[in-house]
Amino acid sequence: MPTKIEKDAISGTDTTGHEWDGLKELNTPLPRWWLYTFYATIVFAAVWVVLYPAIPIRGLTGVLGYTAREAGTAELAEARTRAEPMMARLRAATPAQIAADPDLRAYAIAGGRVAFANNCAACHGAGGQGATGGYPTLADDDWLWGGTLDAIRTTITHGIRSPDDEEARTSVMPRFLGDGMLTRPQIHDVAQHVLGLSGLATDQAAAQRGAAVFAENCVSCHGDQGEGNAELGAARLNDRIWLNGPDTRAIEAFIANPRLGVMPAFGQRLDAATINMLAVYVHSLGGGR
Amino acid sequence: MATTAPLHAPLGATNTDIQYVEAPIRAFAIATMFWGVVGFLAGIVIASQLAWPLLNLDLEWTTFGRLRPVHTSAVIFAFGGNALLCTSLFIVQRTCRARLFGGEEMGWFLFWGYNFFIVTAALGYVFGITQGKEYAEPEWFVDLWLTLVWVMYLVAFGGTILKREEPHIYVANWFFLAFIITVAMLHIGNNIALPVGGTGRSFGAASGVQDAMIQWWYGHNAVGFFLTAGFLGMMYYFIPKQAGRPVYSYRLSIIHFWAIIFLYIWAGPHHLHYTALPDWAQTLGMVFSIMLWMPSWGGMINGLMTLSGAWDKLRTDPALRFSVAAVGFYGMATFEGPVMSIRAVNALSHYTDWTIGHVHSGALGWNGFIIFGSLYWLFPVLWKKKALYSQKLVSWHFWLATLGIVLYITAMWVSGIMQGLMWRATDQLGFLQYSFIETVAAMHPYYVIRMLGGVLYLSGALIMVWNLYKTVTMVESEEPQALPSGAVVAAAE
Repeated sequence: MPTKIEKDAISGTDTTGHEWDGLKELNTPLPRWWLYTFYATIVFAAVWVVLYPAIPIRGLTGVLGYTAREAGTAELAEARTRAEPMMARLRAATPAQIAADPDLRAYAIAGGRVAFANNCAACHGAGGQGATGGYPTLADDDWLWGGTLDAIRTTITHGIRSPDDEEARTSVMPRFLGDGMLTRPQIHDVAQHVLGLSGLATDQAAAQRGAAVFAENCVSCHGDQGEGNAELGAARLNDRIWLNGPDTRAIEAFIANPRLGVMPAFGQRLDAATINMLAVYVHSLGGGR
Repeated sequence: MATTAPLHAPLGATNTDIQYVEAPIRAFAIATMFWGVVGFLAGIVIASQLAWPLLNLDLEWTTFGRLRPVHTSAVIFAFGGNALLCTSLFIVQRTCRARLFGGEEMGWFLFWGYNFFIVTAALGYVFGITQGKEYAEPEWFVDLWLTLVWVMYLVAFGGTILKREEPHIYVANWFFLAFIITVAMLHIGNNIALPVGGTGRSFGAASGVQDAMIQWWYGHNAVGFFLTAGFLGMMYYFIPKQAGRPVYSYRLSIIHFWAIIFLYIWAGPHHLHYTALPDWAQTLGMVFSIMLWMPSWGGMINGLMTLSGAWDKLRTDPALRFSVAAVGFYGMATFEGPVMSIRAVNALSHYTDWTIGHVHSGALGWNGFIIFGSLYWLFPVLWKKKALYSQKLVSWHFWLATLGIVLYITAMWVSGIMQGLMWRATDQLGFLQYSFIETVAAMHPYYVIRMLGGVLYLSGALIMVWNLYKTVTMVESEEPQALPSGAVVAAAE
């Protein structure tokens, strides 16, 4: 097709004179603002390449001498330096000393909250509200392994039944059904007795029968009145706080084949200052002991 | 218009002697609709899984990790890919005044070959046979098949250009050719791998940061050449057709074409800011992304300014609204992209939902809308109908889809920027303010809004499917409700 330049009546601009399937093109010049903005981005790029590393040749890696690694390391080091005076005090002090010092305590609560959210909340819930199924609530005053500042610190440091720490807190509750120590009816009775300790029994006759089973099998760890024993991690049974819910079937299942909790030894993951902050923070959640 | 010679010639008036290949193109058009619906639905499913994790169903085949590539591949490669093949093969024949090289058989081979690739790739994702590279998940045997199909595509497209009867190559074809050649190069470069055993698995040739760099050289240019260059080819044909106006500026088209081709290929490293990638490569990725701003906008200017003198058509042609809104979203996304490539901005935006919002303003707004606009124009032409079944339904589709996009991208902006700010927030003592899980909990409402946006977008697409189905099947003697712009001119001649 021969070139046939026409004038477009609407814009007053010439076409290029070509046509494809009825389509034509105007020969409009480049918009000035477009061109100058394009030039500006090129200038920006050129300046940036001079300032920052953009050429992989030694000596040409940017006049500012910037490297991302150094910038990141410096930022971290600066944050550490800023925190170090407080962290040194937190490392050296006992949780009790921290709790007694208003400045240290405020700092430990703030830092402990973050450390808790990142390390503990996955099991114990945000704010330590716990979860049914074996994840104890930390925001109450019922403590399996003790609720004093030192007891909490020990638990965090060495964990519970954690296989890689010899000082881990550990104890075993028998599998009363699995090991053939009790029959199903006996387990039903003793579960009713346990519920009865806090006035929740639904089958009074069974609860009566269960008292004897309880006295024979449970009191050595859980105490005469089911008051529990923090030395052994034996739960207090005469309150209305339940690891697996106040559910007859859950209690019977636990007596039959207990599912004992495991917690990692955080002493292997976190530094002493962080563990102290965590102990103070966790202690503050439910008032501690 | 009466005082000047019409710049817009009747459709096909000069081409009656050439038998264009059309049946496979009709098949591509139907496949585009089909995969669009599949892809949008998959998107809604995975968006719901993010809002309600229970919907992973605890089955390996239905987890987010397996269904996400089904969504991305279905919308990019199945919906977008079929649309690109459909429109490029349609356009290249007409703007070259030449029958497709390889004829009807070539068209059918490309149709079945490409869609076989889609199905095998998707099955691989669901059954866990992937190489774990984003947007390049298919394993080596699927890659080899796609390579064969793609080379045939180049042969068909290039062959048609070579035997053209027009002295010059139309701008749309430059973009399509650049897209086909570059995607071939990217696909091969990023998929060099050594197959192992009989399990269909492979080891990539590169490892470590080199592998990451090659992956994002591929990944970013899949956006640049598949979703940008190819779709600009679509834009350069359908907007002038729908508007009935000449392309605004030939000079701009040639400058922005070469600038895009040259600059895009360097921009990949901006996906790897603050990683093990050497600083110099990160800086280059950033500055090339910034220089891409104006070349990208060249396409937007040419699309929008082509409407000068024809803006009134937006009132009467809802299909043109799709094409014009598409160019608007394109301009928005190609401004946002360079901004996000700036290292300091990226420090906030990277790994957050902001990125997801950014790609969806491009994918839903630009790619989706330009395809919808093209399909509404193509269907009556391909099936020799005077007009669409209903202009009113096109209008419904437009507003539902637009509302869906608005919900989607605003939800992701808010969620993404909030997420980035929460990650870095520290209190006055220097402690981080939030744990990761708190940021996840904060994003939940936005995940629900995003899912609702997707539902609106899919509803619009289903209306389109119904409208186009009725267009194809309606009895010719029915009184058309309105004429598309192309048909208006044809009738006036």
